[in-house]
Amino acid sequence: MNAIIISAVWGVLMMYAGFFLQSKRSIHLFAIVGICLMIACTAYEFLNGLPLFAIDTKGLLQYSNYALVFLMIVLISTLLYFILSGSEIDATGKSTTDLYALVFFILTGIAVVAGFRSLLMLFLGIEIVSIPLYVLAGSDKSNLKSNEAALKYFLMGSFSSGLMLMGIALIYGDVGSFYLDAIRAGFGMLTPMKGAGLLLILASMSFKVSAAPFHFWTPDVYDGSPTVFTSFMSTIVKSVAFYAFLTLFDHAFGKLHEHWKLLVAIIALATLLIGNITAVFQQSVKRMLAYSSIAQAGFMMLSVFAINTFAKQGLLLYFAAYSFATVGVFAVLSKMKDHSIDSFNGLSKSNPFIALSVLISLLSLAGIPLTAGFFAKYYMLLAVIREGGMVWLVVTAVICAAVSVYYYFRVIQAMYFKDSAEADGTEFSPYFKWAMVLNAILIIVLGIHPDLILNLI
Amino acid sequence: MPINYYIFLSVCLFCIGIIGVLTRRNAIVIFMCIELMLNAVNLLLVAFSRMHHAAAQALDSSSLAGTEAQIFVFFIMVVAAAEVTVGLAIIVMLYRNIHSVDINFLNRLKH
Repeated sequence: MNAIIISAVWGVLMMYAGFFLQSKRSIHLFAIVGICLMIACTAYEFLNGLPLFAIDTKGLLQYSNYALVFLMIVLISTLLYFILSGSEIDATGKSTTDLYALVFFILTGIAVVAGFRSLLMLFLGIEIVSIPLYVLAGSDKSNLKSNEAALKYFLMGSFSSGLMLMGIALIYGDVGSFYLDAIRAGFGMLTPMKGAGLLLILASMSFKVSAAPFHFWTPDVYDGSPTVFTSFMSTIVKSVAFYAFLTLFDHAFGKLHEHWKLLVAIIALATLLIGNITAVFQQSVKRMLAYSSIAQAGFMMLSVFAINTFAKQGLLLYFAAYSFATVGVFAVLSKMKDHSIDSFNGLSKSNPFIALSVLISLLSLAGIPLTAGFFAKYYMLLAVIREGGMVWLVVTAVICAAVSVYYYFRVIQAMYFKDSAEADGTEFSPYFKWAMVLNAILIIVLGIHPDLILNLI
Repeated sequence: MPINYYIFLSVCLFCIGIIGVLTRRNAIVIFMCIELMLNAVNLLLVAFSRMHHAAAQALDSSSLAGTEAQIFVFFIMVVAAAEVTVGLAIIVMLYRNIHSVDINFLNRLKH
């Protein structure tokens, strides 16, 4: 509850900050102060159980410990994102403060989604997240690729919202309420109307998390948007969509699990295969990361398939592992002169610390032990095994993880075993170096002690 | 009128919207088709709201149950308006750069 109000207010303050703060550095600092304030207030709400603002939402919003831990992970990833990519946000477009303000408005939507207990709040939250994101995708106004990304993202996003609304309307017609608990109570038997509603919502949520066969917009949008915002939408926003997906299907449709779980398993399988196999053939690191985000979405779909304690705990760990690692890789990528793998050549010689941090991030994405990504993937697989009956899904997921090692290691190979042809022009500030090292340390710590997150829930 | 009529009408409108989105190539027409989908949902929600409300009132004449869908419709309208502002701005930005709103044009530019 604290996070909603603070992020909305801070977003408005951010917009007006352009009048008072002249240097980019102070604007950047102001945004970081806002995020730190949100983290502190969310932590306070988590520890004391009492929000600073007590508003009677009639049960539309409820923040369980799970929701608050999720919110904390998202906010910490955003803080890392601001620290690592701040200079790129400053370089995009003319009005830096507006871009920061839009990010804060997205965080408002995220906070709404974190606590939703009614389909109304789910819809509003997802829209509050999406609409500023369309603007961010197109923020490089003179670049045609950015224009295309914005248009495609906008059309696909509103189309999938339309599908979701139809699903919500059909379910409302059958059950007579928007509250998740009431829907769960009314969902004993599958009627045609409920079935159609469920399918439409499943399709629209698959759109939002870019799961196959609804993933086709992802590579173009992620490739076309300014790199710094690709980083944001492929990590933090994707985590939110998955959180909404899991919460909705757990709370509202949990009783019909037997009916839809095969469908989700097929979507997860297709996403894993398409994401991983296509990523192998990419020459640009940015596009490779776009397909890798589809592949990781396949892993996260496993938690929606299983819906048990391991799935729910593991998903939060997955968000942390995936967001930290991807934000780190994207931050370095956006400082490179182009997005090809060759631009990483010889990075270990010129910038050993940065290369080591990128190495750890990539190992975490591939799921190598001692990094956070290993336990994240482990928990997903464990959840599916506990659910039982779908050994083929686990086997495919493991094979896909092995395939993913190939394309992540191409970047590592470029950094460590190839020499740069020309003198390296990329300069990294000491501030950025320390932030990257901190990011890598976080990934390692979570890889050794995943219980740091798991015990909170 | 029985509720079935409303369901058929709004499902028809919704399908016209989907077919339009999938087949048309003009960004503004696609956008209009998305709006048509949203309005089909609005119609359906209001009809369901009326149905549930009438059923609840038959049991208890002071009951307000079933009216929440009408509030949902207002929220959909607000969100649709916000989407229009952003969407038209994106289309205008695109038109300034390529002097066309045809989405095939974009695919051709990529290669």
